[in-house]
Amino acid sequence: MSTGFKPTETGVSIRLDAAEASVLRSLVGLVLGLVEPGATGDDPLERALGIGATAEVPSDPVLARLFPSAYEDEEAAGEFRRYTEATLRDAKRADATTLIDTAVGGEVELTAEQAAAWMRALNDVRLMLGVRLEVTEEVHEEIARMSEEDPRYPAFVTYDWLTYLQDTLVRALW
Amino acid sequence: MEVERPAIDVRPDLPWLTIVWNDPVNLMSYVTFVFQSVFGFTREKAEKLMLDVHHKGRAVVSSGTREEMERDVQILHSYGLWATVQRDS
Repeated sequence: MSTGFKPTETGVSIRLDAAEASVLRSLVGLVLGLVEPGATGDDPLERALGIGATAEVPSDPVLARLFPSAYEDEEAAGEFRRYTEATLRDAKRADATTLIDTAVGGEVELTAEQAAAWMRALNDVRLMLGVRLEVTEEVHEEIARMSEEDPRYPAFVTYDWLTYLQDTLVRALW
Repeated sequence: MEVERPAIDVRPDLPWLTIVWNDPVNLMSYVTFVFQSVFGFTREKAEKLMLDVHHKGRAVVSSGTREEMERDVQILHSYGLWATVQRDS
């Protein structure tokens, strides 16, 4: 298993085996499948400004977590969502695409900019898994206690691995 | 004598706040790092705020005009943090 990220002169690097790179790409691919491009209205000005067509909270709990309501007040939250969600969707898709394009088996060298995209993309994947697996703050201890026969075990171990990768990436960038 | 009351809230420029809420996924190291890079806080200040979020469930991370707070919240959402805007009260 990989030893995590290390700082380099121009960014960070990590050694991934082919299977790890493949798991990363497919997990981030799931985020990309879930986060569709930001839909804007037909109005050319609205399109140019990235003003979205929807003010609704997404019904999928993962999307609701990736695009949280900014206000307690429903009307203000809807308005904020209309002005920001399409742009935010495109930014998350760009981060995910950067990771998918650069995650290969072997020595992966990332610029500081690519590393920042990886950091956010890894966080989005962890949020997706975290919501689906209903993780708590005791997830690490829970995995340690979990039987390897537990059907949830592979997903939890994957989550723990992503946590490790993201933590080493943050520390390599500090 | 009856005092005429303004129809709208004219309290002078009550600041708006950006609040970050605790969640079980975001890493302590990551949240600290995001506070430092988004707000330019020292590591010490970013860590203190991160610990406030962790232990108290939420922390005020910035204050200012409504527009400024909406910009901050949008950036924090791009990092996957759970942030909201509210008026100081």
